[in-house]
Amino acid sequence: MKKTVDATGLACPLPVIETRKALKEMSAGVLEVIVDNVVSLQNLEKMAKQMDLIHRLETTSDDQHSIYITVDETTGEAQDTERQESPASAGTTVVVLSSDTMGSGDDKLGRVLMKGFVYALTELDRLPDRVLLYNSAVRLSVQGSDSLADLQKLAEQGVEILNCGTCLNFYNLGEELRVGSVTNMYEIVQSQMEATSIIRP
Amino acid sequence: MVGFDHSDDAAVYRLTDDLAIVQTLDFFPPMVDDPYTFGQIAAANALSDIWAMGAVPKTALNIVCFPEKMNIEVLSQVLQGGSEKVMEAGAVLAGGHSIDDVDVKYGLSVTGIIDPRKIYTNVGSKPGDVLILTKPLGVGIVCCAHRVGEASKGAMEQAIKSMATLNKYAAEVMQKYPVHACTDVTGFGFLGHLHEMLHGESSALVYSSEIPHIPEALHYAEEFLITGAAQRNRNFLEGFVHIEPGVPFGIEEVLFDPQTSGGLLVSVPKEVAKQVLIELETLGLPCGIVGEIIEWEAKEIMIR
Repeated sequence: MKKTVDATGLACPLPVIETRKALKEMSAGVLEVIVDNVVSLQNLEKMAKQMDLIHRLETTSDDQHSIYITVDETTGEAQDTERQESPASAGTTVVVLSSDTMGSGDDKLGRVLMKGFVYALTELDRLPDRVLLYNSAVRLSVQGSDSLADLQKLAEQGVEILNCGTCLNFYNLGEELRVGSVTNMYEIVQSQMEATSIIRP
Repeated sequence: MVGFDHSDDAAVYRLTDDLAIVQTLDFFPPMVDDPYTFGQIAAANALSDIWAMGAVPKTALNIVCFPEKMNIEVLSQVLQGGSEKVMEAGAVLAGGHSIDDVDVKYGLSVTGIIDPRKIYTNVGSKPGDVLILTKPLGVGIVCCAHRVGEASKGAMEQAIKSMATLNKYAAEVMQKYPVHACTDVTGFGFLGHLHEMLHGESSALVYSSEIPHIPEALHYAEEFLITGAAQRNRNFLEGFVHIEPGVPFGIEEVLFDPQTSGGLLVSVPKEVAKQVLIELETLGLPCGIVGEIIEWEAKEIMIR
């Protein structure tokens, strides 16, 4: 698929804004952006470099310049990982779930709230790096749990789901675990030590 | 006395041994929506060159381009904003000239006076000096983001506050200290004006982590809400500037960002820097010690 954005006559930052809009809509192919001055071209080149996009420049005449940006399946991912990694390199976010209910009060309400909480995690722009589950929270990771699908979705997007092994054994749920891996107290402590932010429901 | 040679901020003409006049002129199209605020900013910007020379403004003349068909009330608000800033500066608005044009533009020609032995020029910094900046950078980026509807209200308010603040108060602080070089940061950006200050005689080390800036400007720059003018500054300065790896892209852009009514960039002996900064901080705008002058090196400006 080839797409063209004609940004002639547009002043910075509009060519960049139009280009980013077009990139978001494309899954694969080549995006050509036409501008009418070298400075706009340079600003687009700067953007492409910063975003690690494969690109090439072409100048047809003094007032016609193009940048060709190659978009493939990894471009979208590259943008996603960039978004996840750059804040993460500044620190990690760990979600700690210590119970299968959220808050104290009625357990039925608590379970509804917990389901909503885990779902909300999947909707975050920047996903947490890790979810720790211990005590009755391990019930969320097993066969038949209301939150299983959401936790699996998080795992698919690169969030590390870690379940307390002692707890799984205690509740006799070792065989039922359907998402994430099994961890120990050492890792539970270490993860929280290293986290720059810890989120608890 | 001071003319075109060193791209200085204003022209200086000596009348007697202890009296010279300083003249400057600046006008531009609106960068904010509110006409009154625009008038204030345009005036603060035009007056700034006078203080950058160490002079005191005395008279000012309006320069106005305004479409005949546009609501004249808008113009009266622009002029109101301008006239209030001239008054605050302690100068007299003595008239002006207006013409019909397709777009609005406003500014002033300002005349000030100075003892010719006490002129600050934008050259004269020495190794061992430190560089002080009296206003935050990033107003160009914030205004750019604002034009496309991406700037937050808070960021725009900070930019407006900075742009409308007279450099008078910072200049009054500087008068108490030995100033080796002084300029105001405007269209060429921080690095462009620093380049003029060094004029091939010494080098400067810029502390990228100490640059006063509007916080959200970094974020907008990382979203590439950047101007053509900033890129032109970058192109012009390319051979003079070395940016060490690890300096965030957003800060780079802020350093090249053209400023409207930017702060004073002052080169002072290291010994007085802390005291200067303490006094400047009481004025209420982000400011900082942003670098130091060193012996000439292969690259004129090193950013780390």
